[in-house]
Amino acid sequence: MDVTEVLLPGVGLRYEFTTAAGQRVAMVARRSGEIDLALYESGDPDECRELISLAPHEAETVAEILGAPRIAERFADLTKEVPGLSAGQVLISEGSEYDGKTLGDTRARTLTGASVVAIVRGEDVVASPSPAEPLRAGDVLVVIGTHDGIHGVERILGA
Amino acid sequence: MTASTASSGFWGPDLLVTAAGGDSASALLELGAVLLGLGLLGVLAGRLSLPGIPLYLLAGLGLGASPWFDTDPAAGFIEVAAVLGVVLLLLSLGLEFTAAEFSSAMRRHLPSGVIDLLANATPGFVIGWLLGFGFVGSLALAGVTWISSSGIVAQLLSDLGRLANRETPAVLSVLVLEDIAMAIYLPVLAVLASGGQWPRALLGVALATGVVAVALWLSARQGERVALAVSSQRDEHLLLRVLGLTLLVAGLAEFVDASAAVGAFLVGLALVGQEARRARELIAPLRDVFAALFFVSIGLNVDLSDLPPVLPAALLLAVVTAVTKVWSGANAAAREGAATRGRLRAGTALVARGEFSLVIAGIAAGVNDELAPLATAYVLILAILGPVTSRLVPTRLRPVTAS
Repeated sequence: MDVTEVLLPGVGLRYEFTTAAGQRVAMVARRSGEIDLALYESGDPDECRELISLAPHEAETVAEILGAPRIAERFADLTKEVPGLSAGQVLISEGSEYDGKTLGDTRARTLTGASVVAIVRGEDVVASPSPAEPLRAGDVLVVIGTHDGIHGVERILGA
Repeated sequence: MTASTASSGFWGPDLLVTAAGGDSASALLELGAVLLGLGLLGVLAGRLSLPGIPLYLLAGLGLGASPWFDTDPAAGFIEVAAVLGVVLLLLSLGLEFTAAEFSSAMRRHLPSGVIDLLANATPGFVIGWLLGFGFVGSLALAGVTWISSSGIVAQLLSDLGRLANRETPAVLSVLVLEDIAMAIYLPVLAVLASGGQWPRALLGVALATGVVAVALWLSARQGERVALAVSSQRDEHLLLRVLGLTLLVAGLAEFVDASAAVGAFLVGLALVGQEARRARELIAPLRDVFAALFFVSIGLNVDLSDLPPVLPAALLLAVVTAVTKVWSGANAAAREGAATRGRLRAGTALVARGEFSLVIAGIAAGVNDELAPLATAYVLILAILGPVTSRLVPTRLRPVTAS
């Protein structure tokens, strides 16, 4: 799918794409975290009809539904090929002691042998994060390791 | 009975006397009434789908005209709050932009920006000259008519669901270019208005453009490092550091006659990345409160009797610069390939003038007594006229209920 990115100075970014069904859709990602979905009814980006406006936490939920599990799913495909290896997601919850600390501070790999291979943060994915990567509440860590290792990471992060 | 005895004992006679007669008490009461009134006006503005600025100005005019207000203690606080309002407005303006957005606006819309400047600043300058404002006064009036209100326009685009429209990047780019141009314009005006000569003004500009260039370069190359200098995990700490830094720089700028507004703007530009995003969110509510008080103080400082003499000039200026703005805005939209309706939407959206016209009038208020009343009347007209006309542009979309 081709996605056109248009910069909206002071507002955010606009993504435009055409679905397989032929609908031309615009998604305005505001800096405040709000997401507007709009449809160009005539197929011409001259005027749009605003369809849905998502508040930041709603957009995050939608992104989580669309995003994190999919990344984990892809790793799940990979882990099927190696016996004993599995993938999981661990959320840094609000008020977690690691909110504001770095990945290295958790000592997750040292203690459990499981690796954090990605951090999903809103719309961004930090692939292969370094120990210096800061953690924030709301981050979803994608973890690969043994079953026990992943549970260990969950315990450490209090999830 | 026991409860009332206990409470009178707790409050004590001294405290009651202080509360009834103290200056701070009446200041608080007045300030509370003013803020509450502004809050209600804000609701009213929302109902009428109008920006708050014109109503806050009217509130200030009304308060200024009422005989009991000018000697009252809250007036002093409002004066200080107004200065903070200007500083916060400019700080958050600087925080709005990233180097990427600025360079994108430059690449695509530099001609639109130049046309915008020529078409809208010229009428202000000429009319100012004809009114006998002299060079500096005319230069100030040129700025007043040139710059659209980013706040009103961005809100309008969002309210009318136009963010995804084809012409919108053009509108926003024009706003960015106008706002960045303020970094050159404001120091010149500030130095000249405070009686400085051209060499000094040019020095001010060189300094400001130098700082802007360094800030933009920093934000493009080393953004995260500058941000680290003020970065902090807790909101409270970040807010205090950013505010402190801004007020210091604003004070220094004021000290060298370059206007506090310019200093605050530069701090905003220099902060980027994650910290800028957080600072923007943290400062927004503060800015809204103090900016509202700034608009009130503009109204307070204008005598109602000063308005009728400048009204014809304000009307003429409003009509002329509404037309030139529609034209220059349409020109910018054409660059994005928008058709007639899109061009009209872009042009009319940009008609609204607001906060920065008033900031400019405030900086140059000492140059000519008629400037502030004229700018106030002018902004009152266009802050209302702009959003109203922009809604009137016909749409091709069927109403939702009909589909």
